[in-house]
Amino acid sequence: MRFYEFEARKIVELAGIPVTKYGFCTSAEQARQAAEEIGGPVVVKSQVLSGGRMKAGGVKFADTSEEAAAHAEDILKLEINGQMPRGVLVDPKADVKQEYYASVVWDGTAKRPLMLFSDMGGIDIEEVAETHPDHVGRGHLANLFPIPDFEAKQTIAATGVTGSQLNRATPILARLARLFREYDMTLAEINPLAELTDGSFVALDAHMEMENEAVGRQKVLLRKQLEIAEDDTRETYEPSDFERNVAAIDAADHRGVIQGKDHGFSGNLGLVIGAGGGSLTLTDAVRSQGGKPANYSEIGGNPSVAKACGLAKEVLEKDGVEKIAVMMSIVSNTRVDIVARGVIKACLELGKDPGETIAIFRIPGAWEDEGFKILERYGVEYCDRSVSLWEAAGRAVAKVQGAAA
Amino acid sequence: MAEKLNKVFIDVEVDASVAGDTALAAKLEEVCPVNIFKAGSAGVEVVEENLDECVLCKLCLEAAPAGTVHVKKLYDDTELS
Repeated sequence: MRFYEFEARKIVELAGIPVTKYGFCTSAEQARQAAEEIGGPVVVKSQVLSGGRMKAGGVKFADTSEEAAAHAEDILKLEINGQMPRGVLVDPKADVKQEYYASVVWDGTAKRPLMLFSDMGGIDIEEVAETHPDHVGRGHLANLFPIPDFEAKQTIAATGVTGSQLNRATPILARLARLFREYDMTLAEINPLAELTDGSFVALDAHMEMENEAVGRQKVLLRKQLEIAEDDTRETYEPSDFERNVAAIDAADHRGVIQGKDHGFSGNLGLVIGAGGGSLTLTDAVRSQGGKPANYSEIGGNPSVAKACGLAKEVLEKDGVEKIAVMMSIVSNTRVDIVARGVIKACLELGKDPGETIAIFRIPGAWEDEGFKILERYGVEYCDRSVSLWEAAGRAVAKVQGAAA
Repeated sequence: MAEKLNKVFIDVEVDASVAGDTALAAKLEEVCPVNIFKAGSAGVEVVEENLDECVLCKLCLEAAPAGTVHVKKLYDDTELS
């Protein structure tokens, strides 16, 4: 789940990290009042869940409160990357001595949070890591043990920051790390973290993303402190009919889980895929071998025949889909024969030949022998675990490309 | 709208000798995890739309007198025993 900048700023503030006095406004009049309260030059920033605000004209500087109101009026009407702003943030134009970067991200390889700090803030951290690797400090954190300040200090010191700057930045990075864990974030970033001319440190901008699965247990933060409505899902686009239909099929039957996404997909190979990271791996494997997926999906948790059938039918009915590939990593609780029945039934109900329509069925695991009997009966090409995900994806791509030729 | 197909993979038959037994019907309804059996006023009813959900658990075979419930796997022409 993504947060608007004004919400991310609030989260940072709740964690005890200093921020500038800012105002979230939904009208030009509110922006004028906020600018007056701040006093002096301000910056008015569009609140959209998208990057590229500055380039799109969504960030403007104002010397007076009247100017701030005028900018707010313009920005509130400005669509950025297909999104209308939720409001504007009115922020003082800070007197910055130096900009730093502080973040905590989830390191999926190490399976631990990773602190990042740089004394070159305000710009893209990937660029800094590429061009000035010695200016980026890194430090992994434990998942359960308390986070001591010294770990943050080591990370900052690795960039060469010393003295009072080191002492002032340390509690900020440590608090950022604690809020990352406490609020189940996948990203907690302050960029820039500014050292002002008086030597104090403040967060000038913040970016937060929360693990979607954690939304249910972060109700105090989300509903009470940030006042985010339950139906505010923060999707950046309207779900397609395919996505809505798959969600409805999933909701109607408690057995198993299916998900389907097709935003940004327009290929000819439908994917019915899943199992322990298998979906991402398989989508990559299809693309890497020249295939064009028509969708992304996840199926697992031992779905019913009806649910597997429902997903496969939705995939098959998408415009441009010529064949489907049914592939998963090795399954233990999901039954191979049940999924086989589901996808074959989908073909039959749509008047399609399963042997022609299913490019490959590669689901090894529980009840595979029974599943293979069904696939054989309907002439579907299948394979067991001796065929890798990569190879299975390649076979599917070759088949659909052959069909298109 | 695509036509929904039933009985593609599995068929279930209950012998006429026990099909009218309301006690057995209730038992079958209780044990089947995918609701293939329904206890009707006339005894055992087979819910066709759920037949293909059969998970081959054999609980119905164990609940009924031996040889009176037949679960047929239509994809390999065998019967569950």
